[in-house]
Amino acid sequence: MAEEIKKLKVTIDNITLEVPQGTTILQAARMIGGDVVPPAMCYYSKLQGSGGKCRTCLVEVSKGSEADPRPMPKLVASCRTGVMDGMEVKNITSPKVIDARNGVVEFLLLNHPLDCPICDQAGECHLQDLGYEHGKEATRYEFKRRTFDKHDLGPYIQLHMTRCILCYRCVFTADQVSNKRVHGVLSRGDHAEIATYIEKSLDNDFIGNVIDVCPVGALTDKTFRFKNRVWFTKPVNAHRDCKCCSGKVTLWQRGEEVLRVTARKNQWGEVEKWICNECRFEKKKVSDWVIEGPTHVNRHSVISQGHYEKMKKPTETFSKVHDGRKPKLLMDIHSVSEVNDPSIDLSAINGPATSKVFEHSKKQS
Amino acid sequence: MARKLLLEKAHVEGIRHFDVYRREGGYAAVEKALKMDPAAIVEEVKKSGLRGRGGAGFATGLKWSFLAKPEGVPRYLVCNADESEPGTFKDRYLMEFIPHLLIEGLIVSSFALGSNRTYIYIRGEYAWIVGILEQAIAEAKQNGFLGKNILGTGFDLEIYVQRGAGAYICGEETALIESLEGKRGNPRIKPPFPAIKGLWDCPTVVNNVETLAAVVPIMNLGGEEYAKIGVGRSTGTKLISACGNINKPGVYEIDMTISVEEFIYSDEYCGGIANGKKLKACIPGGSSVPILPANLLLKTAKGETRYMNYESLSDGGFATGSMMGSGGFIVLDEDQCIVRHTLTLARFYRHESCGQCSPCREGTGWMEKILHKIESGKGAMSDIDLLWDIQRKIEGNTICPLGDAAAWPVAAAIRHFRDEFEWHVNNPSLCLTQNYGLAHYADELSVVA
Repeated sequence: MAEEIKKLKVTIDNITLEVPQGTTILQAARMIGGDVVPPAMCYYSKLQGSGGKCRTCLVEVSKGSEADPRPMPKLVASCRTGVMDGMEVKNITSPKVIDARNGVVEFLLLNHPLDCPICDQAGECHLQDLGYEHGKEATRYEFKRRTFDKHDLGPYIQLHMTRCILCYRCVFTADQVSNKRVHGVLSRGDHAEIATYIEKSLDNDFIGNVIDVCPVGALTDKTFRFKNRVWFTKPVNAHRDCKCCSGKVTLWQRGEEVLRVTARKNQWGEVEKWICNECRFEKKKVSDWVIEGPTHVNRHSVISQGHYEKMKKPTETFSKVHDGRKPKLLMDIHSVSEVNDPSIDLSAINGPATSKVFEHSKKQS
Repeated sequence: MARKLLLEKAHVEGIRHFDVYRREGGYAAVEKALKMDPAAIVEEVKKSGLRGRGGAGFATGLKWSFLAKPEGVPRYLVCNADESEPGTFKDRYLMEFIPHLLIEGLIVSSFALGSNRTYIYIRGEYAWIVGILEQAIAEAKQNGFLGKNILGTGFDLEIYVQRGAGAYICGEETALIESLEGKRGNPRIKPPFPAIKGLWDCPTVVNNVETLAAVVPIMNLGGEEYAKIGVGRSTGTKLISACGNINKPGVYEIDMTISVEEFIYSDEYCGGIANGKKLKACIPGGSSVPILPANLLLKTAKGETRYMNYESLSDGGFATGSMMGSGGFIVLDEDQCIVRHTLTLARFYRHESCGQCSPCREGTGWMEKILHKIESGKGAMSDIDLLWDIQRKIEGNTICPLGDAAAWPVAAAIRHFRDEFEWHVNNPSLCLTQNYGLAHYADELSVVA
């Protein structure tokens, strides 16, 4: 007799769904997709024990469960809080959450150098996206930012600790993907740093994956540093026969030149299959690879700005979240401008629209 | 003279040694407890109304009853002797002068919880106390109160003393467990709570030194008798470590029925403010609880006398009250500068933040820098509001209570002493050479009926 898997009912921002037992709030929100997904800087679904540290994914639990309907007293980290049956969660509908998240983003950016113009991660940086969505236009911090020296961790990886947000992902990766961890977190508080003890090099077949899991530009690929901006490169899926890994990668090309090789990432920016150092750092010729076709980048970064076919748009959940209410407009553009008259079907006009088209419609109405 | 339960025999000559302690009636609680059913002991502790003495004041009996008891999995009791809160030194006194009381409490509690290996996690700076405790453990073992088959009951118990490496954060129970396991002392994300998954993923209870020592008088007197001491839900006696500008700093055992005024001014306790000065402010329960100005300390906002117990000290919530905390009673006289004092605390929390979660890691450093700016006469009015906003965004948004502990002193200082902060901003050169003084902080409050 097959045991029936118990389904739990959870409501996130007025959207109800059923999830299997053991699902966290963040995973449930990702099943819905769209606006209700809390941002996650430290959580990584493929790394056990990750999450709970960055506090960007804080949500309000307005009803604990069917059995115990009391709300949780504090905001909880959605990546590490399991769903209970009948739980009601508020993410973007809770002003408390938005306020706390703004605070967390401010804290994360406090000692971050904001050197995006010279950072290799720019364009695919999670902190950039987070700052864009939740950050303020100016900082209230007026003191000297904390800085560290750059460190070479072996021949392939450079650590730029100043940019680090201490998500611990690279530590978990080294523990769980490679077979020996030589780096970790030293010191504590705001002078805590990722480092090896002392000045060792990261030397392991799979250690290159720490570059992919890093949400910011703290760990960078030395074979790609300052070669190009990611939005000028074209991501292409490719594979090869590799003895130690799946060999399924994304090549980042400029013309025929392969500038960078990374693991394939899903829509949450998480690596699908870990790849080995040989694939990542040594195979930089198109002839090394069997090309499959362009990568469909789903993440809302500059790379995905409509350059590639089959781009999947994120699910539109906003009206559902607001109980069918339309998003509030700052100003109804139609009331002030005739140019954007919705009654005119622009696609039906032959050629570019000119003022004559609108004059015509004015006379009619 | 108030009744003493813990420190009654602390000054008997040679009480550190087993023979003397035994002659003075020690280890009677063990003899009594080992004949009882473990569940009955937990019940007795529940009846006593004992609350955790480490700071949070959670009911000990309730905490014990949450302990998961799966088959074939060992359970652990861990004694939290990582007393690092500024202003708190009661456990040090207890362990240093009457170590057998703690060992006795540990044996009874371990038996009640079914722990066969019990750990004392002691802060590294208490290096000399480790020797005292280890000697006490060895003596207890020689006399058959520890080791295999204690007093012929078939109960085995070993107590180990583990030194920490000097981190405040390791006083947080999950960080303590991580550190005890030999890892970096980062607090764990709860749930699961230690009662389900603690030390080496086994059910664990972590209790403060004083809490475990208080189990001994509970066994000797009986839970109901113990509950009669004290007032309301504040039962039993509490050790208060008083320091600051008072005539007689030290550790005092109180039965929680005396008023704060009596505690500060009576000769039996603090003996009044030193050098004939006036009381300005006081932190009643260790550095992380809110500071109170003199007028709110002695009387509640309703105009009633404030007593030294859990309920009375927290009367009025954080708006006009404070907390019992760990009993670190820090008294400030009229010559003390609240801004400087807050800066000292902020510096401490910045230094002790583990750096795991972002609000605490970045926020504590930011608060310290702003306070330093105000203290050195370079502050602006907006800095005070900024401080308020930062503490608000740290509090409650962190993994462990260290974030709250860092935010509360700053919040309380601004809440009650805002005009002193503003004085610093308005008098940038004067504040470097002078103090704001007592001002109106001891004035009678107008009571709103």
